[in-house]
Amino acid sequence: MEKLISKIPDGPLATKWTKYKASVKLVNPANKKKLEIIVIGTGLSGAGASSALGELGYSVKTFCYQDSPRRAHSVAAQGGINAAKNYQNDGDSTYRLFYDMIKGGDFRAREANVYRAAEVSNQVIDHYTALGVPFARDYGGTLDTRSFGGVQVSRTFYSKGQTGQQCLLGVYSSLNRQIKKGNVTMYPRREMLDLVLVDGKARGIIARNLLTGEIERHAAHAVVLATGGYGTIYFLSTLAVNSNASAAWKAHKKGAFFANPSFVQIHPTCVPQLNEFQSKLTLMSESLRNDGRVWVPKTKGDSRPANDIPEEERDYFLERRYPAFGNLVPRDVASRATKERCDAGFGIGDTGLAVNLDFRDSIKKQGKKAIENKYGNLFDMYKTITGIDSYEEPMRIYPAGHYTMGGLWVDYELMTTIPGLYAIGESNFSDHGANRLGASSLMQASGDGYFILPNTISNYLADEIRVPKISTNKPEFAEAEKTVIERLNKFISIKGRQTAASFHKRLGKIMWDYCGMVRNEEGLKKAQVLINVLREEFWKDLNIPGEYTELNQELEKAGRVADYFELAELLVTDALDRNESCGAHFREEYQTPEGEALRNDEKFAYVAAWEYTGEGKPHILHKEELKFEEVEMKVRSYK
Amino acid sequence: MKLTLKIWRQKNPKAKGNFETYIMDNVSPKMAFLEMLDALNKRLVEEHKDPVAFDHDCREGICGSCGMYINGHPHGPVPAITTCSLSMRYFKDGDTIWVEPWRAKPFPVIKDLIVDRSAFDKIQIAGGFISVNTGAAPEANSILIQKKKSDDAFDSAICIGCGACVAACKNASAMLFVSAKISQFALLPQGRVEARERVRAMVEKMDELGFGNCSNTGACEAECPKEIKLVNIARLNREYYKAF
Ligand SMILES: Cc1cc2nc3c(=O)[nH]c(=O)nc-3n(C[C@H](O)[C@H](O)[C@H](O)COP(=O)(O)OP(=O)(O)OC[C@H]3O[C@@H](n4cnc5c(N)ncnc54)[C@H](O)[C@@H]3O)c2cc1C
Ligand code: SF4
Ligand code: FES
Repeated sequence: MEKLISKIPDGPLATKWTKYKASVKLVNPANKKKLEIIVIGTGLSGAGASSALGELGYSVKTFCYQDSPRRAHSVAAQGGINAAKNYQNDGDSTYRLFYDMIKGGDFRAREANVYRAAEVSNQVIDHYTALGVPFARDYGGTLDTRSFGGVQVSRTFYSKGQTGQQCLLGVYSSLNRQIKKGNVTMYPRREMLDLVLVDGKARGIIARNLLTGEIERHAAHAVVLATGGYGTIYFLSTLAVNSNASAAWKAHKKGAFFANPSFVQIHPTCVPQLNEFQSKLTLMSESLRNDGRVWVPKTKGDSRPANDIPEEERDYFLERRYPAFGNLVPRDVASRATKERCDAGFGIGDTGLAVNLDFRDSIKKQGKKAIENKYGNLFDMYKTITGIDSYEEPMRIYPAGHYTMGGLWVDYELMTTIPGLYAIGESNFSDHGANRLGASSLMQASGDGYFILPNTISNYLADEIRVPKISTNKPEFAEAEKTVIERLNKFISIKGRQTAASFHKRLGKIMWDYCGMVRNEEGLKKAQVLINVLREEFWKDLNIPGEYTELNQELEKAGRVADYFELAELLVTDALDRNESCGAHFREEYQTPEGEALRNDEKFAYVAAWEYTGEGKPHILHKEELKFEEVEMKVRSYK
Repeated sequence: MKLTLKIWRQKNPKAKGNFETYIMDNVSPKMAFLEMLDALNKRLVEEHKDPVAFDHDCREGICGSCGMYINGHPHGPVPAITTCSLSMRYFKDGDTIWVEPWRAKPFPVIKDLIVDRSAFDKIQIAGGFISVNTGAAPEANSILIQKKKSDDAFDSAICIGCGACVAACKNASAMLFVSAKISQFALLPQGRVEARERVRAMVEKMDELGFGNCSNTGACEAECPKEIKLVNIARLNREYYKAF
């Protein structure tokens, strides 16, 4: 029996969404107030959805673990947000944006969803502009755009290097408006610790108040997860350090399939690790590759300062290998090429794990002022961290874990395999295939939250109008609460010697070494063993001070790391199962003689959706075959 | 480096609180300040002691979670950066470092270095938005905005809501924070429509929550990690007078 029904509407790609909206079941305005919706997360997707649902008149309860919704991880996005406006008259269109994403994702995403994401992109820009998001402008007063990796048009809207912050403050403001109106109730400093199902439908959550430790029950007619990605599984990554997979993982264990967990994007341009206590790696925006050139010395171990190495002794390896796209190849390609040079011994700095990102030529051509205007804050940020002035010498960069294309499986309506449970933004798998193109995540998260989910959720809620307010006294809530408390107490009762973070660090290292930019069967099998051994050690030697009934940051970390152990196992299983290379998933066994990814469309043109079957039992793989009606599957070449 | 840390420890909002002394050996100048606190906490947990609680998330100066007094300065002695962006290369062997939570009445201490800044959200809820429903926006380029105006609005919009301005002010005034939002919207045509209601609602909420008056000392501007300028406060005052 196949459990995956993707609910893609019939008809030509370009009319599916319009047709869907015209036929979707609606909820009468008078009934909306009686319907409660829980939204977990206040990033672009979660805060966007909460506002739009509040505007429609639903009763919304929104949660985040930070002290304020304005701090969700979306705030850190730097480079920009895509839309198919074609303001530059450079041949852009909804179709081209769609095609770039499908190709960029190496033909492992669902056509209909991707097309829709491209379709609503223009509305997203209109909406943010109306909300007062100060996007960069040209002298005539119109909006400006820039180019991002993997495409040949200029469609990325931006606010210097703080696009995510500006968009997030935009959604935060619309969220606040709904809070003021009483349509949304905000619950900050809460962590969702379990999903509650009643008669097979998502009906609520168990959350922990992170200030008081109190365990709370919250009920609703539907639950929306907007909890972001799981890139911190590598410990060191570009994500906010408290980002985690726990909400999605809990939902997974209650029946939501997890799709393509091994599709993780490693970003090529990050500040390299500086010390052993390093807690995160800072991203240097991809936009820098518009004007920065990536190079290493042609001679191994050349330790001269970068500026002393003459032009003919530099290897601009991206320009050399990919003349058509040069420094603007997609992220996965740039990351692997960087790793290849460093592994071959051409890396720079003390560790040899870094390459140059050089602005010398652009500064010469455009002037320092122009570069400062475009990237001033990024140069400042780099200087703050490293003490190096990149107007004078190249930045040093190295890849780091960044974005998870994988996530909860959702159908066209963004519903998971649990009725009434939705996943939006980075927490779902749907739009980026095996690799995400720059500036398309803010676009997708915003589109999901503001424009897509509010339409699709009514198709479900229309049948729920007769269901009275769900009571949290139901036995299902009591049961879930009990399990949550038992687990919290279990962490505390181990009373071992090691901190949660120290386990996280070691787990991250295993994942980075064997399931990072490059993978192979032997390494993945080794990782399986290592993860298991470490996980056992975790449950024996974890040290958590205090109680669960109080503010306890160590306990918060323990829960997240424990879930990461389980997700790590699935991630490796998925990587092992996919005997091909596609997008960010590069299996050494499957490559062309030139070292490029070798896809196997005959066997692997599917979404791998994994079903949880119980503690210690193997996951079951369900395949959603990907049918490409509109595009031809081609070898993805940036040469 | 070997450092002596004097850190404010306070079990809960009602507890009295006091400075505890911790000696840190082997601090690398390449560490970030919060990484040094991570190292301390690792040690405390291993010694079965209560680790120091502090807020943080992005660790790259953009989310506004972190914030503490370091040697008497909000976010530490280096101008224009947040606590999480402060590198240990600014300290030297043998230094004693004093670490305290924000001290401001509207931001009560919750535990150790964590304070309650929800008053900031309340001010934003009162009026920090443009009333436009999803789907109702006009085509983006139908609103033309002078580049200079738009850039100025951006410069005000980059406030991260950390609260350092309030902590730096002897009156615990929130004027810099509020003026940044007011300015962003006042400079943009989209924001002009409800400018009067907005400024009145936000200022009224700010007063109600117990933030003090602005006496133009400029401590906020000096300590703001995002270099939000005092001209914003002047603009807020103008907007406020115009609103009646
Ligand atoms: C450094 C960096 C730069 C980036 N730059 C760009 C860019 O330029 N362009 C682009 O398109 N994309 C960019 N991205 C990617 C993009 O920022 C994210 O994919 C996107 O913002 C995700 O938004 P989201 O709404 O899905 O979730 P997030 O913004 O990650 O929000 C997650 C929310 O869920 C909450 N949450 C999570 N778990 C729980 C729980 N258990 N209980 C309660 N609440 C929970 C959190 O509190 C938070 O509010 C960047 C990413 C990084 C790391
Ligand atoms: S104005 Fe500056 S100091 Fe005040 S909250 Fe904003 S960023 Fe922080
Ligand atoms: S932790 Fe985000 S600003 Fe410091």
